Amino acid sequence: MNWLSQNLHIVWSLLLDHLWLSIVPIVLALVISIPLGWLAARYPRARTALLTGTGLLYAIPSLALFIMIPAIVGLSARSPWVAIIGLTLYGCALMVRGAADAFGSVSRETMLAADALGHSPWARFWAVELPLSGPVLVSSLRVMAVSTVSLVTIGAVIGISSLGTLFTDGFQRGIDASIITGIVLTVVVAFAIDAVVLLLGRLAMPWQAAVRA
Amino acid sequence: MNLFAEALAHLFDPASWQGTNSLGLRILEHLGFSRAVLLAAAAIGIPAGVLIGHTGRGRGLVVALTSGARAIPTLGLLTIFGLALGIGLEAPFLALLVLALPPVLAGAYAGVEAVDRQVVGAARAIGMTEREIVQRVELPLAAPVLIGGVRSAALQVISTATLAAYVSNTGLGRPIFQGVKAGDYEVMLAGALLVALLSLVVELVFQAIQSAAGRRAEPHTVPARASARAPERNTA
Repeated sequence: MNWLSQNLHIVWSLLLDHLWLSIVPIVLALVISIPLGWLAARYPRARTALLTGTGLLYAIPSLALFIMIPAIVGLSARSPWVAIIGLTLYGCALMVRGAADAFGSVSRETMLAADALGHSPWARFWAVELPLSGPVLVSSLRVMAVSTVSLVTIGAVIGISSLGTLFTDGFQRGIDASIITGIVLTVVVAFAIDAVVLLLGRLAMPWQAAVRA
Repeated sequence: MNLFAEALAHLFDPASWQGTNSLGLRILEHLGFSRAVLLAAAAIGIPAGVLIGHTGRGRGLVVALTSGARAIPTLGLLTIFGLALGIGLEAPFLALLVLALPPVLAGAYAGVEAVDRQVVGAARAIGMTEREIVQRVELPLAAPVLIGGVRSAALQVISTATLAAYVSNTGLGRPIFQGVKAGDYEVMLAGALLVALLSLVVELVFQAIQSAAGRRAEPHTVPARASARAPERNTA
């Protein structure tokens, strides 16, 4: 506790770094995965290509990915954008399959009924397909969000600062309290973001609660 | 792309494959260490998962473990164990075991749980003992999902074993961290490429094993896509 009170401002600024390194990739991956998942659900050929591609991407260790990104996009190796790009790619690797399953779960009859009511494909997507696939989307978003928060820490070994910096610093200087603070805060951030996703999901889909009750 | 060319040149330089700094040694260390972790995880996780799936008791535990474990940062475990146990293989072994156990446990549990209860009832009705039911009915039918869990664990362990070098100077993380320390980006990139390649190979091997198990469990149906693995990751 003594260590924590003396280093509160450092911990706070690392916590803020960690938050934006988590939230930006989570949001980007969600926004990218929805159209890709929709494509995969509607076109079998796109499905094979997208799921194979994301499956292989998922197999690449994140540390290796973080190291390769600067060489591919020409960033400095310690730029936070390296982590953001890498984690966005990972988020997509995790979420495209979930999004494909979500859109695949909307029945053909429902979509034909929407067509019969005169919905354009664009309106059908927003008014029918997206709301109906919402619950499955939210559950895969939760998995993706929690693992993203935990993966952010890996960047610390190559100098991208986050709560993971408390692990590398604590290890090098032999301070248990630093590492334990990092672990506890990472888990707290993961659960907090998970709770926010769950809450936003309930607000966006009030009928879900009604169905359950 | 120039950087990739230099990294590849490093990889194809015969000098990188000789002596005590040989990349070949690092690959063997990496694989050997990952195998040890995976075997330990399987030795604990498969019997426990099968037991939970067979008896239906302790489901909540599996769910809590798998969702809770996802939030725990492995680098944190690795460094705290590293401080407690000192430099060596013990700390990364324990940290990776914590990482590998939940998917193995969840795969074994989910596989057995998903076996049709009527099939189990039929096996009991023809006089099979509980042990025979597990060994001759539930395990073969659960195999594809069970192997899916092991596959997911294997992928995470191979990935994260890279971090083991941070506290123990072993495996393919070693050239990466040497590169980090020396500010030598080509060496880092070469190590990263090698570890990515190794992960992909291991993933493809497990994919093949899993679909073979799928064909054996249900020879008359089209083999399920290799999607039986739990979509989770908490790795390097």
